[in-house]
Amino acid sequence: MSKFKDTTLKSKLIRRVHRRIVLAGLLKASTVALLGWNIRKLQIEDSEDYKLLADANRVNLRLIPPSRGLIFDRLGTPIALNEQNYKIVFIREQAADPRKVLKKLASIIELDQKRQEKILQDMKKRSPFIPITVAENLTWKDFAHISVNLPSLPGIIPEVGLTRHYQEYESYAHIVGYVGPISDKDLKSEKPVDPVLQIPKFQIGKVGVEKKLETHLRGRAGVSKVEVNASGRVMRELNRTQGKSGENIHLTIATNLQKFASERLKGMSASSVLIDIKSGDILSLVSTPSYNPNNFVLGISQSDWNALLNDERKPLLNKATSGAYPPGSTFKMVVAAAALELGLIGLNDKIFCAGFYELGSRNFHCWLKGGHGKLTLQEAIQKSCDVYFYELARKVGVKRIGDMARRLGLGQAYNLPLTGLSKGFVPTKKWKKERFGTSWLVGDTLNVGIGQGFSLATPLQLAVMTARLASGKEVTPNIIKNSNKNPDNPKALSIKENTLVAIRKGMFDVLNEKDGTAFNFRTTNHNFLIAGKTGTSQVRRITREEREEGVIKNEDLPWKMRDHALFTCFAPFKNPKYALSVVVEHGGSGSKVAAPIARDIMLFQLYGGIPPVTAYPEKQQVEARKRLMDIEKKINSRTNINPNI
Amino acid sequence: MNPFIKIIYINWPLQILILATALFGFLMLYSVSGGSWDPWTKPQINRFFISFILIFVMSAISISFWQKISPFCYILGLALLIAVYFYGDTGMGAKRWLDLRIIKLQPSEAFKISMVMALAYYYHKLPVNKVSHPFYVLVPLLLIIIPALIVFRQPDLGTALVIIMIGIFVMFIAGVHFGYFLFGGLSFCTLLFILFQSRGTDWQLLKDYHFRRIDTFLDPSVDPLGAGYHITQSKIALGSGGLFGRGYMQGSQSQLNFLPEKHTDFIFTTLAEEFGFFGTIGLLIIYSLIVAFCIFSALATTDKFSRLLITGLCMTFFTYFSINIAMVMGLLPVVGIPLPLVSYGGSSMIVIMLSFGLIQSAHVHKNVGF
Repeated sequence: MSKFKDTTLKSKLIRRVHRRIVLAGLLKASTVALLGWNIRKLQIEDSEDYKLLADANRVNLRLIPPSRGLIFDRLGTPIALNEQNYKIVFIREQAADPRKVLKKLASIIELDQKRQEKILQDMKKRSPFIPITVAENLTWKDFAHISVNLPSLPGIIPEVGLTRHYQEYESYAHIVGYVGPISDKDLKSEKPVDPVLQIPKFQIGKVGVEKKLETHLRGRAGVSKVEVNASGRVMRELNRTQGKSGENIHLTIATNLQKFASERLKGMSASSVLIDIKSGDILSLVSTPSYNPNNFVLGISQSDWNALLNDERKPLLNKATSGAYPPGSTFKMVVAAAALELGLIGLNDKIFCAGFYELGSRNFHCWLKGGHGKLTLQEAIQKSCDVYFYELARKVGVKRIGDMARRLGLGQAYNLPLTGLSKGFVPTKKWKKERFGTSWLVGDTLNVGIGQGFSLATPLQLAVMTARLASGKEVTPNIIKNSNKNPDNPKALSIKENTLVAIRKGMFDVLNEKDGTAFNFRTTNHNFLIAGKTGTSQVRRITREEREEGVIKNEDLPWKMRDHALFTCFAPFKNPKYALSVVVEHGGSGSKVAAPIARDIMLFQLYGGIPPVTAYPEKQQVEARKRLMDIEKKINSRTNINPNI
Repeated sequence: MNPFIKIIYINWPLQILILATALFGFLMLYSVSGGSWDPWTKPQINRFFISFILIFVMSAISISFWQKISPFCYILGLALLIAVYFYGDTGMGAKRWLDLRIIKLQPSEAFKISMVMALAYYYHKLPVNKVSHPFYVLVPLLLIIIPALIVFRQPDLGTALVIIMIGIFVMFIAGVHFGYFLFGGLSFCTLLFILFQSRGTDWQLLKDYHFRRIDTFLDPSVDPLGAGYHITQSKIALGSGGLFGRGYMQGSQSQLNFLPEKHTDFIFTTLAEEFGFFGTIGLLIIYSLIVAFCIFSALATTDKFSRLLITGLCMTFFTYFSINIAMVMGLLPVVGIPLPLVSYGGSSMIVIMLSFGLIQSAHVHKNVGF
């Protein structure tokens, strides 16, 4: 009985399934009919309208590219601007014989045979009504000459376009970056696609602020609706929607300082960052050697590109934010701050330096072979004693050193519109285990204590660290003017005032006490006293044999093997306004190489111009005068005006 | 039976129609690349013929084998969906692609097949009297909704909706009581209402660009250069084709790059512009014939698995082309669904050919019964 019921149920269901399949088929058929009906309406009923639209489409919606936002420095001096670019385009279908027209054109402007062939080939690839660029960046004279001859040049249309141009390019290249023609790759990563990007060779930001603030700078395209006849000739403009030009950007950079700093660093592979301590504004951020971003605007040649790429001093790299270096002795402030905060050492406690520190069978050396004797913390900073900081680092431990480093701004990337920001590096025990599979050793902690070993910092981070030590506040850098929401009120670091005072005093002594490592590079103007810290970071290992025979001098080593020279400072000591860091790659010792550069740049900022020689100790005044005059002359003679105008 | 003899019994008209559609596709790809075999036509041809052979191979394999592996296919498909959620490549603002070195797979496409297989399997095994039992309705519903939610989070609203649609369709064919569908339809409308209410609030359920797409879909003139640009341009291309078209490789819209994605989702517009009404209706007829042959095939099979499998896969194919064509005509929002066998793209091509492989296998073994 139940079996019978089951079978009837089954056959009932089968019938239902069949019914539904047929029903679904009918639904599909009606959908297709609906689609077909719509296609009929589009393609037959309204076809004439659409055909007209399609014809009109040839130039129907003409995009008017927006003019790109300008970039200014903090005083409103333009850094990146748009210049008129006189060019001529050619529309094939308006010429009976394009070859003849080109030949005629070649008699007016320079247009070699190869270029002519290329243009003719380009034309064949595209539709007859697409304008092909024949020549760009024409002089006004050529442009006018062509305009006069237009009646005999059918199809040739003179146009005025806008091209990016960078003033003060060498000192700003790493900040502002450059624009270049959009590539297919760029287009793919854009979503949703801004129609203006489909204009061939439309220029977009590729590096730096130009790239990071692209959407602000670009603006919105305008549209002009034009009526055209069958041959594509524009009859009249129907209407025009104005686009929106891109926003202008104001940087925090002070151009005079920027130029001075980059001139001062010229010839070296170096970088410097100067921050306004109160607001966090980056007043100058220089990396040398630099390059000319204007070369990129219309597309750089392969050989120029290779030259930039293969230069061992890496001109394309922004060393101030992308270069991560062992911080060397400049890191000692971090260790000192951590120890003082934890109460692991008192201000008057002394540690004895015999020139080396014994750890098991291994000796960790101080830079001063004979040793410093007994030192307080302040003296240890002043003389940059390594042994003192080995001992201190061991007491504090790597974890708490790392915590303090991060608090002072190391090991993190700031939210700046620059490309290739490095985070630097603050090592941890866990990291070493994961990276090398070996445990953290006490020796590693000692190395970290003097800024060698695994830790890395960028010049920007060193400047921020110094600014934070000098102010006791959580200074964060910014490079766009007024981008800081509450500039006058950064959060306090919650580091004890006593700790900060002791470290600042130590830094003061570095330049202003007889045995300070940068005593030679003090300033004599008592209102502008500088406090700082030298750093020399080793890039090679010194073997025991070498140490016994005497460490090889930097000058005797190949460039790549020499130490990095670092210096970080703030001024004026009594009322800190500016923090500055200077790193010279493979420059040698921080006290000899980086400190004098830092003094020049800092004094320039404090005086608001080329500092008077009286700011220098008497014995150095002759040399300083010569150096400063030299720089002044170079700054004044350098004219960065576009040769095309 | 000898597998080579089996091939004789495949649905030849269907096979020939598939070939004809693909030829249409090659022709159009050749045209949109400006009369060149590169970069689209050549790979497309290679891909097609390899998978065309695959159909023969698949049809020679017994349908009972396909039935047995169905649950595993579903699990695999779901696993891939989850994998793409975590490891997928982000393309066009959505994680849809899984890079398997040899081939870049779009698991949400492949999932459609495995879901149809699993549902067919489920109803094949389910005793007849339980088909409309609430619990046994809930199970397949979960099999549909869970993956759809994952796809929706990618985020790929279009495909998620298609998955739901196909799944519900299979349930409908399987004979689930009509009341469920009535109830489901009503709740869907309510959901839609809530979705639009959520706009602009902090619990907004869709991405802003989805809403914007819907806006411009409703009124493309709002933003003639932004999102509405695509639809406007595509309609112009369609309309300007007229009765006979502008001639092969003569379409100004498509040759001039006015059209977006002209080699993938918008290829129908090129066809319409260059071959006109005859071309579009021609393709539509071929598509309809493919669907019709599948339906006949489904009615001729003797077991439930085959029947549901064929109708489900046929529905997948149908949603592809009908949504794509409706989309380019501006009848539906732009959701990124290709024109089957014509659009350039490996993932959708392979998925479609696999589903035809299954359909042919069911057709060849229609009298086996089990």
